[in-house]
Amino acid sequence: MAAKPIRSRKIRVLPGFKLTLGFTLFYLGLIVLIPLGAVFWKTTTLTWPQFWQTITMPTAMASYRLTFGASFFAALVNVVFGLVVAWVLVRYEFFGKKIVDALVDLPFALPTAVAGITLAALYSDHGWVGQLLSPLGIKVANTQLGIFIALTFIGLPFIVRTVQPILEDLDPELEEAASSLGASRWQVFWRVILPMLTPALLTGFALAFARALGEYGSVIFIAGNIPMKTQITPVIIMGELDMFDYGKATAIAVVMLVVSFVLLLSINVLQWWTNRYNTHNLA
Amino acid sequence: MTPVATTFRSPPQVVHHHTTSEPPAVRRALIAVALVFLSLFLFLPLAAVFAQAFSKGFQSGGFQLGMLLHPIDLMRSLKVSLSFYFQTISEPNCLAAIKLTLIASAISVPLNCVFGVCAAWAIAKFDFRGKNILLTLIDLPFSVSPVIAGLIYVLVFGAQGWLGLYLNADNPKFPWLANWLNEHNIKIIFAVPGIVLATIFVTFPFVARELIPLMQAQGRSEEEAARVLGASGWQTFWRVTVPNIKWGLIYGVILCNARAMGEFGAVSVVSGKIRGQTNTIPLHIEALYDDYNFTGAFAVASLLAFLALITLGLKTWVEHKNAALNEIEISK
Repeated sequence: MAAKPIRSRKIRVLPGFKLTLGFTLFYLGLIVLIPLGAVFWKTTTLTWPQFWQTITMPTAMASYRLTFGASFFAALVNVVFGLVVAWVLVRYEFFGKKIVDALVDLPFALPTAVAGITLAALYSDHGWVGQLLSPLGIKVANTQLGIFIALTFIGLPFIVRTVQPILEDLDPELEEAASSLGASRWQVFWRVILPMLTPALLTGFALAFARALGEYGSVIFIAGNIPMKTQITPVIIMGELDMFDYGKATAIAVVMLVVSFVLLLSINVLQWWTNRYNTHNLA
Repeated sequence: MTPVATTFRSPPQVVHHHTTSEPPAVRRALIAVALVFLSLFLFLPLAAVFAQAFSKGFQSGGFQLGMLLHPIDLMRSLKVSLSFYFQTISEPNCLAAIKLTLIASAISVPLNCVFGVCAAWAIAKFDFRGKNILLTLIDLPFSVSPVIAGLIYVLVFGAQGWLGLYLNADNPKFPWLANWLNEHNIKIIFAVPGIVLATIFVTFPFVARELIPLMQAQGRSEEEAARVLGASGWQTFWRVTVPNIKWGLIYGVILCNARAMGEFGAVSVVSGKIRGQTNTIPLHIEALYDDYNFTGAFAVASLLAFLALITLGLKTWVEHKNAALNEIEISK
């Protein structure tokens, strides 16, 4: 019989509970909750028809379609290529692998404004990539394709870093069992490995998608911000702010916040699912 | 009938290898796909920042291999590039931007560090209700668009916001506060305090989300043992907890600092973008870019790209250090 650790609700051995929790709640309220509350307070200064008119104005509607569409496809492309990158980094050996592994986090570390002007320069008509694409009739700068590329850059590490640890922990015995029972390598991947990676892939997708929805710095330089065509939703908010129309800016911000909170909730559920899979594998 | 020799020639390792790996051709193809994708999306942009930053002397057609045959011309071009580079980053407006960025991160990183340690201590060492809600709320700033992160502070402190409402010039609800702020000429929005607040918001969760899982995994038995043996609360914290969480803390600080120095969207809303006064490094880059001074913009951007590389290097180093420590723990 191992002695149970001292764990009583009434007598706490460790000090500082009230102090640390108190400071945590105070700081959280001051920095995050009260200012976020201001958004919902400001919305109440608009009447319902005003609010509805603002969030459904044509430029805003076009921006939702663009932001959601580009974020969705960028996250989707990252699921495919991110899985390949994670797979290659976990399972194969090649020259410079450690450096490649470290550089995967570049989009997290590189400030968005730097990424923005760099991508704009690369894909302009005279840029390294742009000059190769323009004879083919492909324009990237100032188009929706450019926004997609910026969002793909931003989202890449989310997929790789969520899939990588799961792939590392996969039990090779499962694959051996499947192949000894006569499954081809492709069948093993499709029927055994992929189902185990699905929660991680979905989590990575949701994280990349959520990040892309709110992204600003890396997009605005390559997008050109043409109304109805290449204006993402954060740029609409910025435009209203520049005209000191805080009511309108806030109304659109509320739409974005609600979408973000729903996504945050689904990410939490997905992560819980991923962890369950993970601990199941380890057990 | 299988000849014995055949089974002997294929040792078990090879069979094992065959069943859990792909044919060499597939392997090479996948590595190629991964590297081409990463080159296009990561390595090329990284190289482009530095190439553009030093492109002043090579304006017509950029650097070409043929130039290596004319070393004197090449040296001349390099000299032009370098002098333009150092001129751009030592300009007063640029130095002011660097200073402001350093101030913003020097305030926000330590504050978020203290918060991270407090939050992790409360969450990992004690049981209380609503812990999961608290965890979700701490992560909240990550799911808010940077533009909205700036907007919320404009709504609190701006002229049309809460503070503006209470300090309305005609009918202030708190005349003493209005007078005090006016007397000391304190502005929050379109000034340094707003920039600091926006930076704190966007970097809020970094340290906490590194430390919470780490301290939860470590449990509380070591601290409890220290307490039972007579250590005071502070002694327990400094002598037991801090050494245990050191690497996680450093990791969180590195990430927090990188984001604090590079934040663009949130800061751009609250800054007002007064050159030499309320421009941070990323905002200064935008200003140069909007002036069509592309080479100048990339020269300043290369400073932040360099910071990003240092961040990645430190991050990898800390990860290795941590992995090595864990192995020692396991082998014990």
